[in-house]
Amino acid sequence: MSDFSEEVTKPISEDDQVETSVLTGTGMYFPWLQKHLETVVTGGKKKKDFAQTTSACLNFIQEALLKHQWQQAAEYMHSYLQILEDSDSYKRQAAPEVIWRLGSEILFYHPKSNVETFSTFADRMKNIGVLNYLKISLQHALYLLHHGLLEDANRNLSQAETWRYGEKSSSQEILINLVQAYKGLLQYYTWSKKKTELSKLDEDDYAYSTATQNMLSESWKTSVNICALIKTPGVWDPFVKSYVEMLEFCGDQDEARKILTNYAYDEKFPSNPNAHIYLYNFLKREKAPRAKLLNVLKILYQIVPSHKLMLEFHMLLKKSEKEEHRKLGLEVLFGVLDFAGCTKNITAWKYLAKYLRQLLMENHLVWVQEEWNSRKNWWPTFHFSYFWAKSDWKEDTDLACEKAFVAGILLGKGCRYFRYILKQDHQVLRKKIKRMKKSVKKYSIVNPRV
Amino acid sequence: MELEEAKEFKERCSQCAAISWGLTDEGKYYCTSCHNVTERSKEVINTEAIPNAKIKTINRGLRRKRKCEKGWDWFVCEGFQHILYQQAEALKALGVGPELKDEVLHNFWKRYLQKSKQAYCKNPIYTSGRKTKVLEDNISHSDWASEPELLSDVNCLSFVESGAESQSDAQTQKSFPLTKASQPESASVCSGSLDGVEYSERKEKGILKMTVPRTLAFCYLSLLWQRETITLSDLLRFVEEDHIPYINAFQHFPEEMKLYGRDKGIFTIESWPDYEEIHKNMIEVATFLDLPRFPDITEACYLHPSVLSMKYLMEVNLPDEMHGLTCQVVKMTGIGEADFLTFDPIAKMAKTVKYDIQAVAVIIVVLKLLFLLDDNLEWSLSDLAEIHNEENKQDKPWFDFRKWYQVMKKTVDEKKQKWEETRAKYMWKSEKPLYHSYIDRPVVYKRREMVVNLQKQFSALVDSTPTVEKKSPSSFQFNWTKEDADKTCFHGHSLQGILIKKGQSLITKNSLYWLSTQKFCKSYCKHVTTYEESNFSLSYQFVLNLFSFLLRIKTSLLHEEVSLIEKKLFKKKYSETKQKSSRSRKVRRH
Repeated sequence: MSDFSEEVTKPISEDDQVETSVLTGTGMYFPWLQKHLETVVTGGKKKKDFAQTTSACLNFIQEALLKHQWQQAAEYMHSYLQILEDSDSYKRQAAPEVIWRLGSEILFYHPKSNVETFSTFADRMKNIGVLNYLKISLQHALYLLHHGLLEDANRNLSQAETWRYGEKSSSQEILINLVQAYKGLLQYYTWSKKKTELSKLDEDDYAYSTATQNMLSESWKTSVNICALIKTPGVWDPFVKSYVEMLEFCGDQDEARKILTNYAYDEKFPSNPNAHIYLYNFLKREKAPRAKLLNVLKILYQIVPSHKLMLEFHMLLKKSEKEEHRKLGLEVLFGVLDFAGCTKNITAWKYLAKYLRQLLMENHLVWVQEEWNSRKNWWPTFHFSYFWAKSDWKEDTDLACEKAFVAGILLGKGCRYFRYILKQDHQVLRKKIKRMKKSVKKYSIVNPRV
Repeated sequence: MELEEAKEFKERCSQCAAISWGLTDEGKYYCTSCHNVTERSKEVINTEAIPNAKIKTINRGLRRKRKCEKGWDWFVCEGFQHILYQQAEALKALGVGPELKDEVLHNFWKRYLQKSKQAYCKNPIYTSGRKTKVLEDNISHSDWASEPELLSDVNCLSFVESGAESQSDAQTQKSFPLTKASQPESASVCSGSLDGVEYSERKEKGILKMTVPRTLAFCYLSLLWQRETITLSDLLRFVEEDHIPYINAFQHFPEEMKLYGRDKGIFTIESWPDYEEIHKNMIEVATFLDLPRFPDITEACYLHPSVLSMKYLMEVNLPDEMHGLTCQVVKMTGIGEADFLTFDPIAKMAKTVKYDIQAVAVIIVVLKLLFLLDDNLEWSLSDLAEIHNEENKQDKPWFDFRKWYQVMKKTVDEKKQKWEETRAKYMWKSEKPLYHSYIDRPVVYKRREMVVNLQKQFSALVDSTPTVEKKSPSSFQFNWTKEDADKTCFHGHSLQGILIKKGQSLITKNSLYWLSTQKFCKSYCKHVTTYEESNFSLSYQFVLNLFSFLLRIKTSLLHEEVSLIEKKLFKKKYSETKQKSSRSRKVRRH
């Protein structure tokens, strides 16, 4: 439950905080400040026992949820519902959301609960405090989806979509958009299913043309639903992805490009690596010129220098004629290997080994030294320790060889990693290691004069 | 009754021409033969009659139906009377003698009504500032013109009974002019009672207004007068355990007594009673009622510290032998004197002894005398006791403080946990919700319905056996007689090993003592001392916490009481330390 509820509430969390907590200018959030303010409001008067016991009750519920004691949680919930009748109107208004969150969590996991119970609860909660209607409808729909009840979910979303409540509905426009977008996502799902069915049909078949017809109308409906949402700043990956897929299928490449470009480059949107990845993949499919691809990846490199696309980026840079691109190509490789998650990426090491040899052959020693200077005090222990030499050799001899070569180049032939690998007398790799020894002697940056 | 009231209406029925009218719930006339309802309603016809209307007894009210919310006319004081009645009945069910309700509480309440000029006097407060005339002959009926001897009065016993029981006794006839007529019913400020609005705004000097917590003050005063075996902390605990109506007591008002608007502020309560608050209220009420000196508290009374300390020794599983020491402390400090113990509201500084707290404080002082409670001596004494008990398994065991601590700590922690859970599950809201005004009404009722529905849903998820079963009332919270492996009973353990024989008498092995308060606060801030937990030994903290949980009071209150007893016990030392500017914390015991 919490997985998707998190996702749903993210874009609107800002409105939330205005209601329930103190929002500072910098967007920081101090939960304790609210508590402090509350006591100021009551004028230092002693808290009523009602307030004390209900907040104790809340703590018990949270504890029970934490320990997965659904039974106890339900028991306390029974008492906690009183807060809906709190004489403090501030608390009374905040209560429905709290109750919804706790209650839906309990009903999601409780062994005696079922779809019916959950739906009754959701329907009741929707009508307490109108402001929560959309949020609850959406989460209700997600719950139904989780249980595979697509049609019910769709019906729920359609209902929520038409919900209007005076001025309140305009302030919740984004939620309505989200509801519509989820509806669109459901339509995408059916469309996608049809697509796979279609791929099994013969193109000359009569059924084929009707099926395509249907699909086109389906995608048109979806576009209406998703369009509004993805124009508002936010992270809408699944929506964008499915929408673009449908556009591409219909042959509307321009619209797809427009949407992806906007999603990646509009400054109002939060920084999102996926936006650039989608755009890159799209351009690659389109066989766009290298310059364009490089531009997209350059931005991705700024955001996620460890992404696996960086190796593709390196290959593109390597092929470039421009000096600065070729220099960047080295930078990118070093950048990838800076990350602990990439230390065993054999492709990255292979590329680095190859590229180092190439660059040194072309007398670009300065470039290499430049990159190496900032790393020479931590890479040796990070990559080239005796421990790593042993374990790498044990796990993957190819990786160990590539690394040993790089180590030799960067640290000289005296380095422990290199020496360890050299000492290993391996039947198959003997020739390779010999060659490696030779190159290291020739190109190592440690004593280039010799 | 309704048919009688409809007798004034003499027109013929437009449908069947009969003259036989009854009154509908809305106060409209209907024909009893053909059930035709007229547009004419009772109020319109009756207006001239209102000033002359008589109310037979206060708690019956007039059964005249009102336009907006059908119900009786009733006064706020009747509401409190009803609560007191319920509480008295509950106390009776707990085993308190019936005189408490019929004589003592009844008379206190009558006296209150008189002193606050609400009844039994020439010019009841309801006439002040109003144009309504009270006919003189109405008053001449009653013999309340001269102040009655309240406490010996047995004439009007039936007065406090519920409406059903009371007879219309000429003696208790009382004139209540109706004030409701002057209140615009459509206004947002309204109340179900006749004088709710006025009552909540009234601020008269010298008049003690009735509140829900004060009903408990009345109860406790009556218990004290009767010298019953219920202490204030017991009473409040019974309230918390729902044995005595308090929170939502208005729920049990007769159906026709409607509450809304300002009544909400008067009768709803969202906190359990607080010891200090009720104690203060009790003194205020007693002073306001101008009550004479209460019956003496002698050694035969339950509230006497010697008796109460025995009770609390049993409650916390301490050896019976300690009782001798507590009695000695009581004697030395003089807190066992009847003059000290008896409540006398007329005395200049009306002050009552907090009997339960005092008895407990005496036990703590004794514990300090025996074990010092400095986180050191009590443990080394425990070591000795343990060794002795190991070697002499047949003898009466020596009291082992450590063992006692372990048993008590575990039991109390469990109890406290359960207590907190029960409190967290407490249902505060009444089944019949109160609202501020008519606009509110549907909203409030809908909200109530919603909560009930949601509750049903969640209770369906819970196992059918309710986890919070109602405890039967008991003045003991622990039971040590049961044979239980980890619940050793220490009642029979001996204090040998802590006491040594010296000549004829026994004296404590420990000759040291430390005072809980070195210097008493003399400013005007009302408290005599403060309690900063971290300044005290862990054993002392444990003992204080244990007892204050037992009595449901703040630890600082108990600490204060301990200090006050020490002040009496070490009077001489206090004057000495004052001179020596209290250099040492430890005072040698004489």
